Amino acid sequence: MAHNEIMTVNMGPQHPSTHGVLQLILELDGETVVKATPHIGFLHRGVEKLSEHRTYHQTIPLTDRLDYLAPMSNNLGYVLAVEKLLDITDDIPARAKTVRVMMAELTRIKSHLVWLATHALDIGAMTVFIYCFREREAIMDIYEKISGARMTTNYFRVGGLSADLPAGITDDIRSFAKDMPGYIDMYEGLLTGNKIWQKRTMGVGHITAAAAIDIGLTGPALRCSGVDWDLRRDNPYSGYEDYDFEVITRTEGDTFARYKARLDEMRESCKIINQALDKLAPGPILADCPKVCLPPKKDVVNSIEGLIHHFKIITEGFKPEVGEVYVGIEAPKGELGYYIISDGSAQPYRMKIRPPSFVNLQALPQMAEGSLLADVIAVIGTLDIVLGEIDR
Amino acid sequence: MSEHAAVGKLKQNFSEDVLDVVEFRGETTIVVKREKIVEISTFLRDEMGYDFLCDLCGVDYLGTSPRFMVVYNLYNIALKDRLRIKVPVEESDATVDTVSVVWGTANWHERECWDLMGISFNNHPDLRRILMPDDWEGHPLRKDYPLQGPDREPYQGRLQ
Repeated sequence: MAHNEIMTVNMGPQHPSTHGVLQLILELDGETVVKATPHIGFLHRGVEKLSEHRTYHQTIPLTDRLDYLAPMSNNLGYVLAVEKLLDITDDIPARAKTVRVMMAELTRIKSHLVWLATHALDIGAMTVFIYCFREREAIMDIYEKISGARMTTNYFRVGGLSADLPAGITDDIRSFAKDMPGYIDMYEGLLTGNKIWQKRTMGVGHITAAAAIDIGLTGPALRCSGVDWDLRRDNPYSGYEDYDFEVITRTEGDTFARYKARLDEMRESCKIINQALDKLAPGPILADCPKVCLPPKKDVVNSIEGLIHHFKIITEGFKPEVGEVYVGIEAPKGELGYYIISDGSAQPYRMKIRPPSFVNLQALPQMAEGSLLADVIAVIGTLDIVLGEIDR
Repeated sequence: MSEHAAVGKLKQNFSEDVLDVVEFRGETTIVVKREKIVEISTFLRDEMGYDFLCDLCGVDYLGTSPRFMVVYNLYNIALKDRLRIKVPVEESDATVDTVSVVWGTANWHERECWDLMGISFNNHPDLRRILMPDDWEGHPLRKDYPLQGPDREPYQGRLQ
């Protein structure tokens, strides 16, 4: 005699489609998901506790490793928060701000390329994966020339940049930004009109605007449910108010809408990069704050003040005033927030990171319950989660 | 510098519950009594438009009384405005009412606060550990919890 039972299936933490070490306990009625419970914490490295034992400069490499697909964005959020704490936001030179915007948008493209590659691969489109990673190699070469590392860049500093752009890099970035829209059209040609893709993504993982705001969804996922909110436009930072770009919103609120929106965001990022390249002018790359920013090497070697400042900043670190700040930036995955409390010493008293993927993952049960098992894979992909950020 | 609009409204409606107001770097922080947090949150969401809870965390001020602070970072999407609410929590009675009835996103944030800080939330739908293993003992982010973990000698480096 046949009867229905709820079958509990474990997915992860080692699983090719969970985009990291994520464990999902799925309760299935046949192929329909009745309940989905995410279990996280497999990549918890204690970044917040570690930062309490390091100076503000020493914490910057820790932030690289949060959302390891968008390292410059994490760096940017952190240095903006510390600069606000020190009240030197107005002293950041224009060149540093322009380079920060340029790198943040390159990072956005880089992160969205991984999103598209893995999302498409999970649903079955392997060619897109190869194409996206090929473009990503170009960005990682640019990263390597600028900061020395392909992934964990540690490029920004409190007060500006760690080093100036190498010669000739603007030509590389310009040619990349020129070619990228053509590549995005190539990905669209493979997926957008594809019947299989449409059937796997249209209507899947739907969430309404009110539910999205309540559950704390941010980033492209929220904007595709009709909520027009982008921190780059609404609470601009690092000179974003001077750039001309569109905020992509859609109203359908399903996986296909989020797919189209992220592709359009990549196109907008190319526009911003071109504008940043046109704005780039020679100038200093570090704010003129000797107690905070490292002096140039020739001053360290030739003047006693330079030597003393270098020594004090490296060994002791700078000491902000007692106070607390919260700075949220528009990272590729959503609102990345840094809440830093200072007690007047050289180490942050408390650094709380508000990771967009942590909060976005909360929406997974809502989006996946009631749909088929295969749709769970599509929903994980469309939420664009990265476990490094969720677990910190 | 004029006072933030929310400060005036809160003082008007919850006059004995507002303990302190701080303005720092253009951000407003309001410290309120923890018994009233759900009412104040509902008021802020419905009357003042703070419909988005960006972040909820606990802070351990070891050595002071009250020992803990629970911090709520709010955002008003329509007005693009930020506000911070803090709630002092005593060590002997480390509980706060859950605000997941007001903002659903608080669910996981409060679980993390319980897991790492040991502040428990009354009426929470699912209060269990989220980042640490389920059978872990202790609350790692507290200031008296060693950095290297409970069963190792502290690292004798420059910064302890």
